[in-house]
Amino acid sequence: MKTRSNTGRTLRTILIYVLLIAVSVVVLFPLYYAVVVSLAADNDVSQYPPPLSPTGIHLENFPRALDMAPLPRYLLNSVIQSSLVTFSHLLLGSLAAYAFAFIPFRGKQFVFLVFLSTMMIPWEATLIPNYLTIGRLHWKDTFQGLAAPFLATAFGTFLLRQFFMSIPKDLQDAATIDGCGHLRFLSTIVMPLARPALGTLAVYSFLQTYNQYTWPLLITNKPEMRTVQIGLALLQDEERFMWNVVMAGVVIILIPTFTLFIAGNRQLIRGLTAGAVKG
Amino acid sequence: MTRGQRWREIRNFVMALAFLAPSLIVFVIFVFIPLVRSVELSFHFTNPLGQMRGDPTLDHYRTLLAKPDFLNSVRVSVMFAIYMVTFTLVGSLILALLGNFQLRGISIFRAIFSSTVAVSGATASLIFLFLYNPSIGVFNYLLDLTHLPRIKWLTDTSTALFSVSLVSVWLQLGLNTIILLAGMQDIPEELYEAARIDGAGFWQSLRNVTLPLLSPTIFFLIVVDTLAAFQAFTQFNVLTRGGPVQTTNTLVYSIFREFYFNGNYGYASALAVILMLIMLIFTILQFGVLERRVHYQ
Repeated sequence: MKTRSNTGRTLRTILIYVLLIAVSVVVLFPLYYAVVVSLAADNDVSQYPPPLSPTGIHLENFPRALDMAPLPRYLLNSVIQSSLVTFSHLLLGSLAAYAFAFIPFRGKQFVFLVFLSTMMIPWEATLIPNYLTIGRLHWKDTFQGLAAPFLATAFGTFLLRQFFMSIPKDLQDAATIDGCGHLRFLSTIVMPLARPALGTLAVYSFLQTYNQYTWPLLITNKPEMRTVQIGLALLQDEERFMWNVVMAGVVIILIPTFTLFIAGNRQLIRGLTAGAVKG
Repeated sequence: MTRGQRWREIRNFVMALAFLAPSLIVFVIFVFIPLVRSVELSFHFTNPLGQMRGDPTLDHYRTLLAKPDFLNSVRVSVMFAIYMVTFTLVGSLILALLGNFQLRGISIFRAIFSSTVAVSGATASLIFLFLYNPSIGVFNYLLDLTHLPRIKWLTDTSTALFSVSLVSVWLQLGLNTIILLAGMQDIPEELYEAARIDGAGFWQSLRNVTLPLLSPTIFFLIVVDTLAAFQAFTQFNVLTRGGPVQTTNTLVYSIFREFYFNGNYGYASALAVILMLIMLIFTILQFGVLERRVHYQ
């Protein structure tokens, strides 16, 4: 009897592993396939049947991708835009979250609702006036134009506030007695303590901005100001279009986000779910 | 209130305002004023620079309601949302249930299941564009292997919207699975114990413990995914550009076309206002109808 239930349990475990692997194959297939195609020779990707496993290792597709479009320049633009936005989210988010968590003031509830309401407003509802504003400021094709509308973050403020509230009030009292002002308390005590939450926000903001498509598409026209996502999508209109070269481009621009995902995976997941589920 | 208290209150208020001001300024300039401007624009004609001309008018709304294109776009947007939310939810529930088994190496599978959060709409669309290729794409190759008829995924009017939604589902799976897994880990182990003692198997405890206790999370995801579906743009611009014959011309895509290519700022704003209203109605409906079935602890 006991052995039978043991075999039953083993069978069940094996079945679950089989399912886990099968489902993983399905989820990963598009990414796997992008890598396979990025390594394939020209004639392998233009004939039927398509290759399902690597047919060779043609690393020359990568320099060809860099040559077909100014991808390094696009990457640089995206990294600058994403860094500006990320830095601003950390700074502005910390300041605002500090006010919500540590300063008692009249109307706090209301201001907090004002922040949260920005998360409910869809981007189409603000897109056209923002597009016109940036045009009027002559900020098209500039980094300030790429970053300005996204410098503040309601989500990030909320995330940091939740974390700041878990810092003991005694610390603040002690700091006040020591004559420590709000700004110094924030920068020397609160922010170092909140490093995990700040890390989560940094990864999240960077990913979000780096993966942006619509806004950079609208406000950049000069090739030297394009960001990676649109630069890459524009490859489909190229005359010299080759699938293996395009996929090499896809792999190149996925590398930064995947590095970030693998490095910050755990922290990102913990931070995001704390904000989403318990919020 | 003593003088000291009042003074402290004023000081705190000024202090808080100083800390909040940078964010508030950005929100006012790039969210609140534009929101009001959008509504204003929707009631005006504009010059090519987008400056309002003439008296307020209802013309854009009149034209819009008379156009079959508009009704088509509403229908396409709603259908897309239904596809995307349903498949994403079912898919991520399966992933999360599998990822919730306590087995060796499970964290690797969880990472795989959540990996699509790192993928952008543009890269995903390009990858699927090749997978969907009618003559040399993998999807049709798989159909050939199983002796099923080939499909013109993105160019057939009956499959294009579904094909685009599949890309969005794949992209959204990551975030959904992360959130569902977190919700599942919050369910107390004792409840499963109790169910087991009562003789409940896997399916019974899924139906009687997991799903009811997960319902707030599922509800949250339905709301968030619906809003995301109504705002989807990248996939449409890379994969179909509204075609074939308007079958993927969502409201968002027609807004983009009207103002970016045709310079119809007023008309596009009217579309944006309508889209916002539709999203608002959907959210209210979801809170009214669905939330009643949600089991809060």
